[in-house]
Formats: sequence, structure tokens, C-alpha cells
Amino acid sequence: MGDILALVEHRRGEIRDATYEVMTLGRKLAGETDSRLTAVLLGSGTDSLVASLKPHAHRILVADNPAFKDFNNETYRVALADIIGREQPLLTLIGHTAYGIELTAALGTLLDVPFTTDCVGIDMAGGKPVAVRQVYDGKLSQRVSFREGPSYLVSLRAGATAAEDGSADAEVVALEAPALPEAAHLKFIDYIEAVTGDVDIAKADIVVSVGRGIKEQKNISIVEEFAEAVGGVVACSRPVADAEWLPKDRLVGSSGKTIKPKLYIAIGISGSFQHLTGMKNADTIIAINKDPEAPIFNEADYGIVDDLFKVLPVLKNTISEIRQ
Amino acid sequence: MNIIVLMKRVPQTAEAEVRVDSSGKNIDREHLTFDTNEFDTYALEEAVLFKEKYGGTITALSVGPPDSQDTLRVALAKGADNAIRVKAEEFGDLDGYKTAQLLYAAMKDIPYDIIFAGTMATDDSYYQVGVVLAGLLGIPHSTLVSRIEAEGGKADIHKEVEGGLQEHLEITLPALIAVQTGINVPRYASLIAIRKAAKKEIQTVGQDGVGGVDLKMNTEVEELYIPPVTKHAEIFEGSPEEVSARMAGVLKEKGLI
Repeated sequence: MGDILALVEHRRGEIRDATYEVMTLGRKLAGETDSRLTAVLLGSGTDSLVASLKPHAHRILVADNPAFKDFNNETYRVALADIIGREQPLLTLIGHTAYGIELTAALGTLLDVPFTTDCVGIDMAGGKPVAVRQVYDGKLSQRVSFREGPSYLVSLRAGATAAEDGSADAEVVALEAPALPEAAHLKFIDYIEAVTGDVDIAKADIVVSVGRGIKEQKNISIVEEFAEAVGGVVACSRPVADAEWLPKDRLVGSSGKTIKPKLYIAIGISGSFQHLTGMKNADTIIAINKDPEAPIFNEADYGIVDDLFKVLPVLKNTISEIRQ
Repeated sequence: MNIIVLMKRVPQTAEAEVRVDSSGKNIDREHLTFDTNEFDTYALEEAVLFKEKYGGTITALSVGPPDSQDTLRVALAKGADNAIRVKAEEFGDLDGYKTAQLLYAAMKDIPYDIIFAGTMATDDSYYQVGVVLAGLLGIPHSTLVSRIEAEGGKADIHKEVEGGLQEHLEITLPALIAVQTGINVPRYASLIAIRKAAKKEIQTVGQDGVGGVDLKMNTEVEELYIPPVTKHAEIFEGSPEEVSARMAGVLKEKGLI
């Protein structure tokens, strides 16, 4: 039986957290199928990356080439197709990240192997993977089976499974130069740094965060007044930043900031997975939302299921009186 | 510039009660409202902005049941010139891969310089369709695109990665661009435009229009279910005054206010 392969994702010389999650699952599946976990590292100047990977995999395939310095879905796709062709793995695991999103389905299409994406769990049954995915805004889960294939390809949602320390001591194998694209249609130019504003929400003890439920730009002031009353700063979820009702540096979630305040108050936020990733480690979480099934209530400690426009003014006054 | 935009009509589940139907594999569609997938409204707007800037035509393309024509009519009202619906009702179960193959079959005679899509759809959350379609067409792609400017057969793009960071990339056209929400501010269609669009033809493509394309699914749904809850907030009940008093009490006790 072939190995379990795990793609190593790195950026600016650091291995991304999603890679440790993928390798943790990969080790478990390798144990269950009596195979090895082989990490595949495409990079440039890879020595320190290899050192951090060693405990986490049984084997590391390394291709060191300036072409692999920064992620590029075209370069990675061609090289990985070559490597998978040579290795004939049972299963290849990729993190469902900003990189994995555009790599996994493209690689599966190129190789014509059965694949699926954005999974939150993977088991092996009868030599084939069975995957669990979250659908319909995270309100339902689905279990999916695969068509028969010589090899399978699955991406695992970043942050959906826990990363554990490994105790392996990987054999390091330098890969003979993998294939590269014949012509470049996609070029990495540079990074554009995250915008910074007057307030760093990551440094605040109390964060009052507002989502789609606020409905209109003019209502943002209600939340600002509430935040002032509790002594917190205002943050938001994706729809509010997209609409430019608050600046991008106030965005909490995987595409914005990951914060750990003492108190996080989510107002009119349903709690997409991407948002939860950014705030679930807050000490105390409060949610106010009119939808009792909103996923935010599965992460919050205390909740109020009601119209935020009715509750917020009263809660503001109650808290103001206590704080005086 | 010839532009294709991929669109999908999806149930609006973010604030709705969702249930599984009697098959145990599909969502119960009754009592749900349907609208254009949010990401696709940004893809359409970007297509219209491109048409305004560079000229050309827009073809809106959707794989879906008959009511998907509502989404396509909105596209026509906002600036699309043509609309095509692939009749999902003739093709059985779909995953992201099969959906992309259907799109590939439906667009093979349409010239294009750029294809806009949403990065994902909120119903089945595959993030696959645009990426697979680019692979089938043999053109480059990028996802989570938050800015794009085209010039001289190339486009300069910004791609969102984690933590607010973006990557500046250059992509050769033709290309498939899967957009991130917030890339623009989608316009509303005027009532006059909606009335005009109601009279326009929406072409359909069925079984006889997809000859020669290998339609296969990668995955099949075995079970759809409400995920078990491992943790749930303590919910305060009562009037706004009552819940506020309890919430403030908890915050005070914890020394947070």
C-alpha cells in the first residue's frame, strides 16, 4: 500500500500551522493503514524547515529550488503531479488554506484522481478515504465517499483539527528535480502587508464585534456607543469589512486578525468557520443573535437570542450603571 | 474583452432553520429562500466593471434547476449580454467536479478572455468549480482575488492570504479569476433594467448539448446530518431588561466590567 503524503505549506521561511494539523492526521491515517507519513517540501533554502519537520513525519521528500521559494499554484501543481506519479501514494493531504484552495482541485483535475476539498475529518474504510465536510453555512455536515481511484487527494480545513507533537525522526530524501511548468502563466511579485490603523484590536482586553446583523452602516454607531460603555474596542466580521462600514484592520477571522481578548462580545455575527478561527480562544465569549441555530452559540459561553436592536441599548445602560 | 461569469443560486441558510430531507442526503428545500451565491454577486460586479472599462460582452453561466433563471435575469439586468442555464435537472447528483465539467461543455463554443467566478458557494462549500474549470480549459487561475487590473494580455492581481496579508501576482490572460467578497461594491439593478431583462432569452443546455464530455463525480454524499453539538452557550432568557441584568451580573462577577 502507498504512503500517506502531506504537502508542507510555508510562507516567508515559516511552516504554516495548517501543515502540522495535516501531518497529525496523516500520522494517524498512516498508523491505521500500516504505511508511512511522507511530508513533501517544495522550497528554497529548506534546511531550517526540514529541521522543524523531522519529528512530524516518517519521511521527508525535499525539492530545493529557487522556483519553489514562494507558493505558486502553477509551479506546485506541475511539480506535485510529477512527485505523486513517482510515489504512487494511497492518499495525499493538503491544507485547505489560501494556497490549498487553488491547488488541490487543480492537482486532482490534472492527475484525474478522485479528490474533495475543505474536509473537517478523514477516515479510512476498506483502503479508501471517507471524508466529513461542513455545508450550508456550517449548519449541516456531510459524509462523502469517493469513486475508485489509484490514489486519492483531500484538503483539510485549516483549524478544524488539532495539531499534536510528533515523535518520529524522519528520513530526509532529496528529490530528483521535479518537473516545472514549460511556460509561466502565473508569477509571484511580492507581498502586500496588512493595513494597520489607529487601534490594534489584538491588544485590547475587551472586543465588541459586529456582523451582518447590524444591517446598515448608520447602525454601526450603536455598537460604537456600546463598546465605549463596556470599555472595549470595536471589531467586525467579514460582511461589515467588505461593505467598508469598518476598516479592514478591524476584521476578526482567518482573513483578518486572530485575537485572544479577555472578553469578546459578538453582535449579529452568525459565526462562520473563518470568523470562529479568529476569536475562539478568547477567555469569555458572549453572543447576541436572533437566530438560535447560529454556529456562534456553539463557541460562546453566554448567549442572548433576541433582536440586537432591542437588547443592546438596555444592556448598554445596565453596564454603564454598574461601571459608574 | 469577452467575459464569462459563473453564477449559482443557493438556499439562504445563514439565518434560517435548516433540516435534512427524507432521503437523508439532501437539504429540505421547503421553507428556505433562494438567492444568488454571495461570492457570485461580486464576480458579476467585477465582470460588469470590466465591460465598462474595456468593452466587450458578458455571458452569465449557471448550472442549476429552473429557478436559477432568476439569478441569470438579475445578471442580465445588471449588465450581462447573454445568459445560459445548464439544466441541472437532467444530470442527477452533482459534485464540484461534475459541475465544472458541465460548465466546460456548455462554454466550449463561447470565446473568452477572462472568466470570473466566486471563490466558493455557501451551500456545498467545495471551493472547486472555478479551479477545476480552469484545469479543464488549460488556463491559469487564482482564487481569493481582492483586486484585478488587466493590461496587454496580462492582469495584475492581489490575492488574499491569511492574516490580512495579500500577494501581488501577475497572471496571463485568458485566465479564471475566482474573487473574494469585498473586491467591489455590487450594484443594485434598476427596476427598468429588471423589466427589460425579464423579456430576454435565457438559453438552456441539456443532455444533448454536452456530448463528448466525460461526466463523472469524484464523491458521493452518503449522509447529510446536523452535526452533534459538543458545547453550547448558556442562553439567558427573558425580556431585554432581564437578560441584560443577568449578562451584566456575569460580567461583573468575572471582573470584566
